[in-house]
Amino acid sequence: MLSLEGISNFIHEWLNGHLNATLALLAEFVIIGVAAIGLFAVLGLGLVWMERKVAALMQIRMGPNRIGPKGIFQTSADTVKLIMKEALTPENADKILFNMAPFVVIIVAMLILVPIAFARNFQIWDINIGVLYVTSVSSLSVIGILMAGWSSGNKYSLLGAMRSGAQIVSYELSAGLSVLSIIVLTGSLKISDIVASQEDGWWIFKGHIPAIIAFVIFIIAATAETNRAPFDLAEAESELTAGFHTEYGGMKFALFFLSEYINIFIVCAIGATLFLGGWMPFHIGHWAAFNHIMDYIPSSFWFFGKTIFLIFLIMWFRWTFPRLRVDQLLNLEWKYLFPISMFNLLLMTLVAIMGWHF
Amino acid sequence: MFEEIGITQEGDLMINVGPQHPATHGVLHLVLTLNGEIIKKVDPHLGYIHRSIEKMCESLSYRQFIYVTSRMDYLSAHINNHACALCVEKGLKVEVPLRAQYIRVIMDELTRIASHELWWSAMSMDLGAFTPYFLAFRERERINEIMEETCGARLTMNYMVPGGVMTDLHPDFQKKVKTFIQQYKLRIHEYKELITGNVIFQNRMKGVGYLSKEDAISYGCTGPVARASGVKSDIRKIAPYDVYDKVDFNEVIETGGDCFTRYQVRIEEMNESIRIIEQLIDNIPEGDIQAKTKAVLKLPKGEFYQRVETARGELGVYIVSEGAAQPYRIKFRSPGFSNMSALDHMVRGSKIGDFIATMGTLDLVIPDIDR
Amino acid sequence: MMTNEDFKIKIAGLVPSAIFDETGEWLNVLVDFSFFRSMVQQLRSDNDTNLDYLFCLTCIDWKTHLTVVYHLSSAAFRHNIVVKVNLDRNNPEIETVCDIWRGAELFEREVYEMFGVTFLNHPDLRRLILPDEWNGWPLRKDYEDPINMIKL
Repeated sequence: MLSLEGISNFIHEWLNGHLNATLALLAEFVIIGVAAIGLFAVLGLGLVWMERKVAALMQIRMGPNRIGPKGIFQTSADTVKLIMKEALTPENADKILFNMAPFVVIIVAMLILVPIAFARNFQIWDINIGVLYVTSVSSLSVIGILMAGWSSGNKYSLLGAMRSGAQIVSYELSAGLSVLSIIVLTGSLKISDIVASQEDGWWIFKGHIPAIIAFVIFIIAATAETNRAPFDLAEAESELTAGFHTEYGGMKFALFFLSEYINIFIVCAIGATLFLGGWMPFHIGHWAAFNHIMDYIPSSFWFFGKTIFLIFLIMWFRWTFPRLRVDQLLNLEWKYLFPISMFNLLLMTLVAIMGWHF
Repeated sequence: MFEEIGITQEGDLMINVGPQHPATHGVLHLVLTLNGEIIKKVDPHLGYIHRSIEKMCESLSYRQFIYVTSRMDYLSAHINNHACALCVEKGLKVEVPLRAQYIRVIMDELTRIASHELWWSAMSMDLGAFTPYFLAFRERERINEIMEETCGARLTMNYMVPGGVMTDLHPDFQKKVKTFIQQYKLRIHEYKELITGNVIFQNRMKGVGYLSKEDAISYGCTGPVARASGVKSDIRKIAPYDVYDKVDFNEVIETGGDCFTRYQVRIEEMNESIRIIEQLIDNIPEGDIQAKTKAVLKLPKGEFYQRVETARGELGVYIVSEGAAQPYRIKFRSPGFSNMSALDHMVRGSKIGDFIATMGTLDLVIPDIDR
Repeated sequence: MMTNEDFKIKIAGLVPSAIFDETGEWLNVLVDFSFFRSMVQQLRSDNDTNLDYLFCLTCIDWKTHLTVVYHLSSAAFRHNIVVKVNLDRNNPEIETVCDIWRGAELFEREVYEMFGVTFLNHPDLRRLILPDEWNGWPLRKDYEDPINMIKL
């Protein structure tokens, strides 16, 4: 089968053969930009459809099934509706910040797509500080949320945005520490190195106990980072405040909405890369024959399969658990998750030094 | 919902909750006075669904006014009708046939289960869990189907008349009720696993909205709200009507007084209702379904008070009659009215999230309060 | 658990001018409003009667006078009595019982807005169900409202 790596190599050869080097580079930039935006759009549409179907099947009902076979064009119809809606800017709002906020959030989401390895040798930029880049750029999304809350000119949007900001900043600590636990094992921040080091088994199996603890903490922190239930009081506290995106309508709201799902995808992609091996098929130690059979399944399938499994897990949480109260949420982070993740990091370092991992 | 912000002298914030809610409480408008996140005062503004039922009943006949009352607490419609029919029968000194009494009690208990199912789903949705809504409505649909076959309607079943019930049971009634009981018993464990045993849920409900026994009595709270604070208040045991003195069931009393206790009391009450139905469903005697009464009913001069136990608490029907064909004055003492008066006391000093949980466990139905 | 006879003896001891009526289900006691508050306070705190549960507070408009009706019960003993007070139609005033039974606060507001009975020393007497600017006392028998009421 044509692998993604083959397609990208083919395009690279063709461009360099027909144009001079600078123009070829520029053409590649344009192609990657368009492909990233395209992936963004497809992912957004697909994940919203997946959420509605998963919710419906868990609630003993059908979900969208009229528009398109099994309702796959439902989200496109919703997007068309949102585009045609009037996007009001309130009078008290700070116009520049108000209009800029959705774009900040989207741009941050797109930037994080850059170092992720979708398939073997198929990354946009294999930077040598890959993981550090991801964690630091994802922190910038808080700025977008606070901008949206502040510039709305609405007291409740500000309250909602502050709460959401506090939640995201707190949970970044635990997420960062659990990511760090895996880096201790791999010894490198580069994403391709991390995936390559899982050639004889995924870190969640090789790193046994500390890696499993780190994985659980990562999933909890990831759910909180993206404002998903059961930590969604910033967006679903509709008893009193409707969150930081109250005053947004039309396409601006659609951008916030889509960026939430892209964030989920990114966070699950990072989790899949670090803990579950990224595009690496399921290998067991040095069983060459078994590994060879596993290699027949293309690497992009492995990557997307793992990511979608983690996304399904996060969606499962939303429809099962009730919501946490704001003080219980921050309690959970500062009193429980943070000490556990620090201790886990020490444990992992011990394991790595002593060579007690597989 | 519309928001109106005003600042009082001390820098407190007054905000409106309602009258339109995301959760299905009805049109209740509460003005909260907040200091940051802590609630200082709750002031209810009622009257959005006031239909002047008491004044209206003064120009309706004794047979007509019963049907207006099913719109009062529409989740216990049968029980409201039952109360009015019993009060009129008390005045007329009519003996209701045994078959009608059995049927009335079975319908009451089915209504109680349906009401508690809806309470469970709406309260979970308030707290953020969306799935219980669909699970509870699965059971409630079975009950609505049973009601529809026998009574003709799913929500406001005008089935009880002074003297008995209006029509006889559908031939499939016993079979369907037994199937429902079996299915219910299989599925009740789902409720426990999904919500009752969930740590997040318990943390949001335990220690929240405490109501002591003395306060419960002083505010006049009845029903599960009072029983969770240790007050024996089940009218079915204190002043039994129809065949409640012949069936064996427990009054569910706990002493916790917080939201989680109220929750547990209601879940246990559903199980007790199933017990009552099981004891009665096989033994319905044959006979008349309605006692012989005149076409135009006239109560003798005097006052009559009837108390029944609805899903929310004690409903009182107070009829003052001057001997005419219409009542002179009717007063409906609704359970939600008194339960709501305790809300201010319960949530002072707690946070907004606790307020939402407390309102959920009080199980208010606003048409019941406004009449 | 006190019987009707015990109640009659006790109340006659507190208020000699009380009138008893046993035609209904429970004992009805008619007192004058000047003795009313002290009597109910005594009944509330007395250990034999212990009437700590007010389960209904309403008013009836006889065309010549108003009667405020209190249904009292005891959570411990479960005996019930009914206390009635006759009020002058032109200036109905009675003392509040909010501090004795806290649930009376909302009941009294409702009686105020529907019948016009002023409860003295009530902490917050304003209309409950109707808008604050409403004129008139709707549940009185002589209430006329050409817009909202349809006479058959």
